[in-house]
Amino acid sequence: MSTTIETPTGTPAAAPGVPGEVVTQALVRDVVLPGGAGVLALITLDNGRDHTRPTTFGPTGLRNLDAALTAVTERARAGGIAAIGVTGKPFFLSAGFDLTVPAAITTREAALEGGRAGHAIFRKLADAGIPSFVFVNGAALGGGLEIALHATYRTVSSGVPAIALPEVMLGLIPGWGGTFLLPNLIGPAKALEIIVANPLANGRVITGPQAFAAGIADAIFEPADYLEQSLLWAADVLTGRTTVTRPVIDRSEETWEAALAGAKKAVDAKLGGAAPAPYRALDLVRAARTADRDAGFAAEDDALADLILSPEFRSGLYSFNLVNKRAKRPAGAPDKSLARPVTTVGVVGAGLMASQLALLFARRLQVPVVLTDLDAERVAKGVGYVHAEVDKLLGKGRVSPDTASRLKALVTGSTDKTAFAGADLVIEAVFERMDVKKQVLAEVEAVVGDECILMTNTSSLSVTEMAAELKHPERVVGFHFFNPVAVMPLVEVIRGHQTSDVALATAFATGRTLKKTCVLVRDAPAFVVNRLLTRFMGEILRAVDEGTRPDIADTALTSLGFPMTPFTLLHLVGPAVALHTGETLHAAFPERFGASAFLARLVEARLPGVWSLTPEGRPYLSDEVKALLPRDGTPLTGEKVRQRALAAVAEEVGIMLAEGLVAGPEDIDLCMIMGAGWPFHLGGITPYLDRAGISEQVVGHRFLPA
Amino acid sequence: MPGSLRDVVFVDGVRTPFGKAGEKGLYAQTRADDLVVKCIRELLRRHPQLPPDRVDEVAVAATTQIGDQGLTIGRMAALLSGLPASVPGFAIDRMCAGAMTAVTTTASGIASGAYDVVIAGGVEHMGHHPMGEGVDPNPRIVAERLVDTSALVMGATAENVHDRFPEITKERCDAYAVTSQARLAAAYAEGRIQRDLVPVATRHQEKGWGLAVADEPPRPGTTLGDLATLKTPFRPHGRVTAGNAAGLNDGATACLLASGEAAAELGLPVRMRLVGYAFAGVDPAVMGIGPVPATEKALARAGLTIDDIGLFEVNEAFAVQVLAFLDHFGIKDDDERVNPDGGAIAIGHPLASSGVRLMTQLARHFETHPEVRYGLTTMCIGIGMGGTVIWENPHHPDYGKERPAA
Repeated sequence: MSTTIETPTGTPAAAPGVPGEVVTQALVRDVVLPGGAGVLALITLDNGRDHTRPTTFGPTGLRNLDAALTAVTERARAGGIAAIGVTGKPFFLSAGFDLTVPAAITTREAALEGGRAGHAIFRKLADAGIPSFVFVNGAALGGGLEIALHATYRTVSSGVPAIALPEVMLGLIPGWGGTFLLPNLIGPAKALEIIVANPLANGRVITGPQAFAAGIADAIFEPADYLEQSLLWAADVLTGRTTVTRPVIDRSEETWEAALAGAKKAVDAKLGGAAPAPYRALDLVRAARTADRDAGFAAEDDALADLILSPEFRSGLYSFNLVNKRAKRPAGAPDKSLARPVTTVGVVGAGLMASQLALLFARRLQVPVVLTDLDAERVAKGVGYVHAEVDKLLGKGRVSPDTASRLKALVTGSTDKTAFAGADLVIEAVFERMDVKKQVLAEVEAVVGDECILMTNTSSLSVTEMAAELKHPERVVGFHFFNPVAVMPLVEVIRGHQTSDVALATAFATGRTLKKTCVLVRDAPAFVVNRLLTRFMGEILRAVDEGTRPDIADTALTSLGFPMTPFTLLHLVGPAVALHTGETLHAAFPERFGASAFLARLVEARLPGVWSLTPEGRPYLSDEVKALLPRDGTPLTGEKVRQRALAAVAEEVGIMLAEGLVAGPEDIDLCMIMGAGWPFHLGGITPYLDRAGISEQVVGHRFLPA
Repeated sequence: MPGSLRDVVFVDGVRTPFGKAGEKGLYAQTRADDLVVKCIRELLRRHPQLPPDRVDEVAVAATTQIGDQGLTIGRMAALLSGLPASVPGFAIDRMCAGAMTAVTTTASGIASGAYDVVIAGGVEHMGHHPMGEGVDPNPRIVAERLVDTSALVMGATAENVHDRFPEITKERCDAYAVTSQARLAAAYAEGRIQRDLVPVATRHQEKGWGLAVADEPPRPGTTLGDLATLKTPFRPHGRVTAGNAAGLNDGATACLLASGEAAAELGLPVRMRLVGYAFAGVDPAVMGIGPVPATEKALARAGLTIDDIGLFEVNEAFAVQVLAFLDHFGIKDDDERVNPDGGAIAIGHPLASSGVRLMTQLARHFETHPEVRYGLTTMCIGIGMGGTVIWENPHHPDYGKERPAA
């Protein structure tokens, strides 16, 4: 008695796909549904690899899917089957299209073809004449979610960790039906959250249960017997035992425009019009209210064609690869096997930065961490901060009570540095002054073992000099975190002139365990991020010193879509810190890093920043700040400020690369993306400088290959 | 613990469709523990009135307890099924009678008051774990002739049973096999088997996902002619063939047992009441006759005779051992009371799982035969044993009343 009937699988096409394509098969098997519901032809998307290689659609994979859908459609027309189903290999429905495909497209025609092909294939799920079901058994990203949207019905497993339409994050739109089908399924507000807001929030994803709550799926089942229950549900739907009702979408222009306005406001706040993709997505969702399917899909084809060829997409792809590939394999890092195990950590200092570090090390390394500071009160405050943060995590349910107990027990404090005696690694986060840091390191060296690695969180001082008078300077390595430590992913790993490979390897291994992105940087003032930000800020301040209105100077680069304006960043960092870094760089490179009189006056007046905020959050100049502005000068236009700032950045990047500060421009971009939040559509910064011709103009050549 | 024994009732039983072992079989790429999980979840789904945290034990049998049948499978399967961490579980083994032993062991716990509700079952994925995987027989077995070497090969013991009872001919065995296949086919056609089954999604890397909704091993329409020409792999010109024996199979079973009081409290159906059980050993060389002494013992302890038994589910590891049992008790080969819906020859025999399949089928027969008061499930067991459990039919008018005197 046969339970399944074998039918021919989707045959791979004869023509080659993209080189290196991991081909996804579309395997078809008939399922005899119980209750007399008939035969469901179940297509399984499987790339033959395990869970470490997500299923994606390349050209061959799409052809396979097309062949399978064509075959089942024919059988449907002949009355041979009652329904079509699609599901994935364990843990994945599909992670969308293979990114190497759009990357390889160079003509508008080819881009249009890509869009049309996807639509033509996926819509077969709707046009087969019989109901279709997509069983979202695992991660469904981009095209993986879109294929589900084309089906008549969807179920989802409560164990699915990631459902998303991330295209906008890269500089594209969900161009295989997502912008048309999703708002028409769940309404514009919820759709815009998934199409626009989530991608721009660092590629946030939703889970199976969230997708079900949003109305994306009609039924939800637990992972243990997800597919069985989904098929039984499908049988009930086909026989009418179960009726599927969906909430009616409010199709009024008012509701849609309100949702669109809200979404646009959020995009403007983030990007200020700097990148086209999210705005294009908004247009498509607007049109989806009244367009028919064909018009909606055609509009997506057009948008996709425009965006695939856009420089913002090229930069987005470049950024995506940096963040997902290069970040995981730091250039220049020594052999992993050289790293020493870290089973006890010491932190010198108990200020806010040091306390944040202690918490991070305890959470991620799960080893004892000892904080020391000058007096018992400071120590207690530092340890108290850590305990309070652990309680917050416990309150939010992020850690269990047992884990909270464990973390609190791991972090202790002492005023006596002999508490570091058994440490494998000690990091100092004390006052940013060379003499203080040198003394601290010497005191620590006196009590720790010979193998102990010493790290400094200095943001601008020379690691080489800091280590110079120690008995074993080779054990010192810079390990520069960004604020807030829990959130910012970047750590600049600084190789002093004498830093050993062992110290460096241990630093990289530790960074990896801390789940940070480590970039190797040579020992130079302010390393990468702060140096470039300061050069940048320097031009804005210089413009103000020369008489430019602060608002004109501060908004001169809005069109690039940085995460915040220079003066907002100044407020965040604190003018005193910015001044200190500025002075360090001015001392090192006086020709390029000026000393801003305006900034100095701000710091002397102890003002928190340039802008004050109205209760509604609008910036304005307080009288105290106005009083510090120069009386006269030759104000610059916003355009002129912009040119100067970008030229300065280009010049600085060129010099940093020429100095061999990092392995290449990719590392500069990775640092700026991960350490300063510079946007994907700029590629960090060097792709933008290249395509705007600024690199060639200022440095004489592109930074990256064309 | 209370001083007196409590009633043990069979609430319900389910099984996965059985598959053929091996690379081309239904469950080639399905894990054994997943098969158990489907059964447990189906039991809970069918009886939503049972709060999951009321399950006091999950006992799962498997002969080869390694890999996907290892890691204390009863406990792991409980967790994987979504039962709360407070529900304990264990693994148990008595080869073919694994699930039966899971039932009798936990039933004893219910009777003595340690448990109110348990899940008991068994699994064998003979594709992943062929019989004898990882075994290391003690050399004394051969040196001291403790057990005849033929005893380790089940088919050889079946030939030995033929030797002992020459009146059980190959022809009788083949006829019995034909009947088993025909009765199963009729049961499927009349929709009786389907109730016992929980569908299982079957993964396959080259074929894609499928859904198992029916047993894979059956060969409906088998004729005497088909069986007559089959090879006798255990002995040249022997009598035991692949056609008059159960195959090598994959599958899982599970049942819900409860005390009578707990069943009443929770509103659980009562489909059988456990009257008694017995296991007995025989010369391993003729393991097939194990059901005889086990049944004699169980009947004697229960104060019953064979004439009191109105329905039988006898495991069909080999036709010859079933017939040896029937001959001993003077029951005809084609008696309607014996395996009315067919047996292991047609359905398959994933070793440790079969015991609960017999019980699930007996429970169904009880529903359609309220005139039958007692039934029994019995099986032969590798290394020379038999196991028998006697059940009372709750649909019988005298249910629960005094039994006939011993």
